[in-house]
Amino acid sequence: MTVTSSQRSSAALPNAVPRRQGWLGQAWKRQPLGVIASIFILLIFVLGVLAPVIAPFKAGQQDLLVTLNGPSSAHWLGTDALGRDILSRLLYAAVPSLTYALIALAVFLLIGVPLGIVAGYRGGRIDSVISRVAEIAMSIPAVIILLVVLAVFSSSPIAAMITLGVLGSPGLIRVVRGVTLVVREEAYVTAATVAGVKPVNIMATHLVRRALGPILVQASVFVGSALVIQAALAFLGLLSDGDRPTWGGMIGEASQVISLTSWPLVPAGLIIILTVMAFGLVGDAIRDATSDEASPAGRRWRRRRAKTVTPAANQFDLDTKNHLLQVRNLRVSVDDGVTLVDDATFSVAQGEIVAVVGESGCGKSVTALGTLGLLPPGLHVDGGSVIFDGVDLLSRGAEAYAAVRGGGIGYVAQDALGSLDPTHTVEGHLREVILRHEKLSPAKLKQRTHELLQQVQIADPARVLKLYPHEISGGMAQRINIALALAGRPRLIIADEPTTALDVTVQSEILHLLRELQQSTKLSVLIITHNWGVVADMADRAVVMYAGEVVEMGDVYTVFQAPRFPYTAALLAADPSVSPLGKRLETIPGRVPAPGSRPTGCRFAGRCPFATEACLDGPLPLRVVPPGSVTRCIRAEELASEGVLDR
Amino acid sequence: MLRLILRRLALSIPLALIASMISFVLVPFLPGDAARALLGPNATAAQLAAAREELGLNLPLWQQYWNWLTGALHGDLGTSLISRQPVTELLNARLEPSLSLIIGATLVASIIGIAMGVRAARRGVLGRVVDSSSILALAIPDFWLGLVLVVIFAVQLKLLPPTGYVPIAEDPGMWATSLILPIITLSLPALSRIAKQTRDSMATALDGTYVRTLRAAAVKENSIIYRHALRNAAVPILTVIGLVFVGALGGTVAIESIFAIPGLGSTAVQATASRDLPLIQGVVVYFTLITIVVNLIVDLAYGYFNPRVRVK
Repeated sequence: MTVTSSQRSSAALPNAVPRRQGWLGQAWKRQPLGVIASIFILLIFVLGVLAPVIAPFKAGQQDLLVTLNGPSSAHWLGTDALGRDILSRLLYAAVPSLTYALIALAVFLLIGVPLGIVAGYRGGRIDSVISRVAEIAMSIPAVIILLVVLAVFSSSPIAAMITLGVLGSPGLIRVVRGVTLVVREEAYVTAATVAGVKPVNIMATHLVRRALGPILVQASVFVGSALVIQAALAFLGLLSDGDRPTWGGMIGEASQVISLTSWPLVPAGLIIILTVMAFGLVGDAIRDATSDEASPAGRRWRRRRAKTVTPAANQFDLDTKNHLLQVRNLRVSVDDGVTLVDDATFSVAQGEIVAVVGESGCGKSVTALGTLGLLPPGLHVDGGSVIFDGVDLLSRGAEAYAAVRGGGIGYVAQDALGSLDPTHTVEGHLREVILRHEKLSPAKLKQRTHELLQQVQIADPARVLKLYPHEISGGMAQRINIALALAGRPRLIIADEPTTALDVTVQSEILHLLRELQQSTKLSVLIITHNWGVVADMADRAVVMYAGEVVEMGDVYTVFQAPRFPYTAALLAADPSVSPLGKRLETIPGRVPAPGSRPTGCRFAGRCPFATEACLDGPLPLRVVPPGSVTRCIRAEELASEGVLDR
Repeated sequence: MLRLILRRLALSIPLALIASMISFVLVPFLPGDAARALLGPNATAAQLAAAREELGLNLPLWQQYWNWLTGALHGDLGTSLISRQPVTELLNARLEPSLSLIIGATLVASIIGIAMGVRAARRGVLGRVVDSSSILALAIPDFWLGLVLVVIFAVQLKLLPPTGYVPIAEDPGMWATSLILPIITLSLPALSRIAKQTRDSMATALDGTYVRTLRAAAVKENSIIYRHALRNAAVPILTVIGLVFVGALGGTVAIESIFAIPGLGSTAVQATASRDLPLIQGVVVYFTLITIVVNLIVDLAYGYFNPRVRVK
């Protein structure tokens, strides 16, 4: 029994460590640790198999004249209490130690893989039975069951390892089931089913191939822990293995003489630690390698170096000196990577509503976050200025931002529900934010929370205050976000697509609320949107962004009636909310150029019906054209006189 | 919440039944039988017959199980084959050392692990330390770690007692001292698991949209981390703490043996070595009940940290 299973298991080792010809060089480059670890495991196994040939002494050969010696030229790793050579015993112990772990692994895989695939592929009752049983099995304390088995089966290591494989398999079932659930829904599996491929064949080919990565990761971790558990049982003297040495047993022998010398603990302990670590590293390498393949292509552009485009000096002066917020030439980049926003330039006057509009991917939200100083990790502002109430926040840094946050500038995000902490009540949110801005007595605090909710037109504040985010609707959540933004009595609110995620009827309610708040409190609002209807409803002025730069701005009336940038005109023609009824909706051919592959000249040229060669020649500045718009288009006057832009 | 607890209890019943059946299911595979295993190869036929009669081995297996189960439901887990004491009496005396050890190790691992994980979520170097320690924690056998600590702190430095256990009622100071090394041994690998999970779920929580909203509203960074993000990160951390507790329960088997602590784990090892089936079946029952209780406590804690579970 031992012989056959050891043969089978030694054949299983190359499976656990995937290594193909020609693959090795590549693997070494990407996962050097994983390759070293695989080689280490193979080496241990080969040396163990060769032990009878290469070991300097027989495993049981005693020499009572040299008991408990440290390392010497005769005994490289010293001797144990009976004068036996530790190095030789370690070598002899390698095969049984690894074999037992591999028996457990074989059982682990034989149970875990088929049951996991069947549960995930079949679903329904079979799935719920398998999952339920697995869940129960996972909560049984494994070690004690092993002890019961050892008590019954007279300390048989094979019985213990089979039991260990069974007890470990629910974890694998769970992982394989998860992968199968995903793969099952994919197009090629559906296609294979429709084409009449037998379910057995589908499961055996497609699913096993896809699940291989996660299975190998689980397998390597499991082998490691099987090795440790088996060593622990041997250490406790609960495995009867004749006179063959095992690594755990050698630690047990070393523990008997611990008061005399601690040396014998070292080699046996280190060999276990190194081997288990090697299995762990192989698992990590497999996980990294398989998840690398699956990573979205989108991540790659981040690493690409950006072409440096120097923006042209803007040639306009609209007397924005007294405006509450002035953003000039704001530039936002990925750390060590491409520039997302090259030139955001606009201003918001006291009591004014300004809309920033454009397709997704134009840098609107990044501009808003850059203005607020709240860019996510990985992005940074690398140029321009943000002047709020006369103070340049960018050059003054974090402290200047801290001073205006909440109290000067409030922020309302697109994801209304996600913007509230799910573990705190509405009241918890409001209280914390209010107390950051003014110290109030408990009674006053309560009054202020009610007042804020009334301000955002919530009818029954007392009830809503007690609710958690999961108990309220998106529209209600957005009202609460607005209340939070108002809590510090700000002068400006930056609202990033505040209604995009909401139902249509709720959208207009929220917009009206913002409009009313602006009128009643002289608040300024910067609203980010891709919807011209919102611009028409709300804004005093519009700022159009395209591919990371502002391409046109002007008062809403002018921008709507007489756009002076072809992109603006095209966007207006493509927007159902502002197009005349009965008129055919236009589409804009092509896509917004991705950051990193933006042309040097006009970025819209590739999609523009009016583009000429001159449009591609060098960076284009923003400039003032009649009737008072600011545009980047060099043909603006020409196109205006032809009347092709007006609506 | 109530549904969650009821579901957990419903799952616990088959768990308890399966766990309690294990030794009975395995008995038919036993070479010879329990009496033979107990008395050894030199026993006379008369001795064997008497032992079988006494152990109820002449009855059909299902009846043996039924008798054991009805007894168990009345708090009677049989009699130890070796010491002839009632199993419950024997094991109740072993509860205090084991629980002191397991609860101590889980507390130490949780407090240090969470503190490390929270800091590692944001700082590069500590993050890498936490990440790479998880492989090491998997690789270092706890029994070996225990022996190394004994060599360093007891044999070499003579700072702490190498082995032994002092009940808390006898001398609380000595009780604590006797537990230091075993608790360190059990908590080190667990600490790494908790730190890793805390780091991962804190990183996710800090990516939450609400974190940006709170920052924009001038909420202090400390409050964002501890009041908001950590609370949102709590559920997976709690899951790992529950697993760590159950893992420590298994860990007592080796650790109590090394440190000569008279607990459930060392009793299980002795019972295994001497084939004392009723006693080891009793330990299975105790371990299973402790696991069920811990899982319930974890479920209740989920509700405390996650209001979505609490309602309905």
